[in-house]
Amino acid sequence: MTDFVQLIFAGLALGARYALVALGFVVIYRATGVINFAQGAFVALGAYLVYQFGTTWALPFALAVILAMLVSAGVGAGVERVVLRRVIGRPVFAVIMITVGLLFLLEQFVTSVWGHQSLNLGDPWGVSTASIGTLVVSHRDVWTLVLAGVVLAGFFAVFRYSGFGLAMRATALDQEAAMARGIDVRRVFAASWAIAGAVGALAGITIASGAAGLNPGIGLIALAAFPAMILGGLDSPLGAVLGGLIIGVTQTLTAGYQPQYAAWLGENFYVVMPFVVMILILMVRPFGLFGTKEVARL
Amino acid sequence: MSRSSANPVMVRRHGDDLRLFPTRQKKVVYAALVVAALALPFQLSGFWTSVAVYAGIAAIGGIGLNLLTGFTGQVSLGHAAFLGAGAYAGAYVGSELGMPFVVWLAAAALVGAVIGGVIGPFALRLRGSYLAIITLGLVFLGQHVFQNWTSVTGGLNGRSIRIPVAIGPVDFADLEVLGHQLTRDQGYFILVWALVALVALTAKNIVRSRAGRAMQAVRDRDLAAEAIGVHLARTKVLAFVLSSSLAAAAGALLGSYQRFVHPGEFSLVLSIMYIAIIVVGGVGTTFGPILGAVFITGVPRLIESVSDRLPFVATDTAGGGLITVYSLNWAIFGLLIILFLVFEPRGLAAMWIRLRLYFRSWPFSY
Repeated sequence: MTDFVQLIFAGLALGARYALVALGFVVIYRATGVINFAQGAFVALGAYLVYQFGTTWALPFALAVILAMLVSAGVGAGVERVVLRRVIGRPVFAVIMITVGLLFLLEQFVTSVWGHQSLNLGDPWGVSTASIGTLVVSHRDVWTLVLAGVVLAGFFAVFRYSGFGLAMRATALDQEAAMARGIDVRRVFAASWAIAGAVGALAGITIASGAAGLNPGIGLIALAAFPAMILGGLDSPLGAVLGGLIIGVTQTLTAGYQPQYAAWLGENFYVVMPFVVMILILMVRPFGLFGTKEVARL
Repeated sequence: MSRSSANPVMVRRHGDDLRLFPTRQKKVVYAALVVAALALPFQLSGFWTSVAVYAGIAAIGGIGLNLLTGFTGQVSLGHAAFLGAGAYAGAYVGSELGMPFVVWLAAAALVGAVIGGVIGPFALRLRGSYLAIITLGLVFLGQHVFQNWTSVTGGLNGRSIRIPVAIGPVDFADLEVLGHQLTRDQGYFILVWALVALVALTAKNIVRSRAGRAMQAVRDRDLAAEAIGVHLARTKVLAFVLSSSLAAAAGALLGSYQRFVHPGEFSLVLSIMYIAIIVVGGVGTTFGPILGAVFITGVPRLIESVSDRLPFVATDTAGGGLITVYSLNWAIFGLLIILFLVFEPRGLAAMWIRLRLYFRSWPFSY
């Protein structure tokens, strides 16, 4: 039983990391209708920038995180301005491929600057663990959950109550109508890329500060966050967080019990489990759990 | 079919537009291409012959993906899984079952077609971005199977593949022409590029048939296509089946040429390579994927061969320099995808057509 609760908690913490990555996808998809494959590059860039600021330049950790998020946001906005703005209105396929190209480009930038070897972010959260009854939780996991919660609450507040959030929602609904009402659609696009960059950086930090350390493979975890985003529906922040948590818990439970009860599925089945869940859910609900149904019109 | 503008003859009827060889000039050009292809392996060094073989194999897979993505408009990131399935199927049928070339190639294509036919109907429900991501999941599932089905795939360590490439008495790995002994690479070059020609012709014929027109109608507007009587599900599944069987055949050829495959080869990166091939070559053209395959396969080798003369490139990860050859290759690869999509979305094929038009109307270019 303790094992089970422990696995659930680990799954939630992992899921919160997925959720942070998935939120970055969602904010861009909502505003611009683009699936950003380069999100993994923002994750990697953010984590390496924190290493640069926090470890190499020995700035305080919180300051390093904020700086990394700002720089990452700047890169996001810059990418939008220089590349994505030129291809507005092109087929989905073309835009997706452009973000794939960006992923390759940014990843090579990261490995060229910081190298291929594994780096250590130090111990920003404190390795110490807290015990709740028989449950042992690490501070890092608690922090990750809190951060995901804060970001989600922030998203909700901005989308719901700020004028800018209203502009974003209007743009997502109908670009031309939004423009006709005097909304600066270009600014909305740039801002959503900047937000995605910042959230990606935050996700990168929670991933990289773990036991595995920081290596160029960090961008790959963004791929595992695709199922989280799809599961929730492409355009729902709440869906992204719930999807992330579901995927995280499913993955740790699979890692915990599959070798024992379903060994025939092969070693490391938990790695592909998110994709299995995603495919199964999409078979039943083609637009995810909370996604907006596309209305087909002739 | 906006090709008509580049055609020298007046196109009066739809039939004219569909003709394979509209002019005598075109026939001469194709004949010259065949002669050049036959002469090429004797002119290239062993290294570049081998690169050309890889390019030919990529062209076969690329033509397949182009049928699905370029002509039917369905984005698939799952091509690597089909290549892998084909490679292992070909290896199993060719070595464990000891079948000859024609049989293992057909078996690989069949396995690809069956998998595509099984997955196709499910993927039909999804559109655009959702389809792209679910096919991405396919790559990861494929790799998991390749790693764990050890009796066929050899698991993580990969497996060696020794399968025959002989049609009747003609063994392409050990070919002798007019008393002249050919290397294995040269033999493979002839075999693979003959297959490229065959596949390209088949694809061209599919595209200009009823089924091909249905595919293009689905690509341009699926609802409108359905309204004028195109069977949406059947058309999409057909495109899926054709594309995955060609991918599987390419995979089997790749395995037999390399004589070794391991699961790591069939990763997302391979899928993206294939998308780059059709993007750079020209989406929705028959000639495009071949150009793209040559370009995408050739450019990294070209960069490698000149990299020791570039001062900012490091030859190994430990050495100095700003960027490693490996990183430079991937960075240029990413840059190429972006530049082509931003500035020349119709690819090398469109550039070629424009160039031709320029010289044809010279000196009255406009």
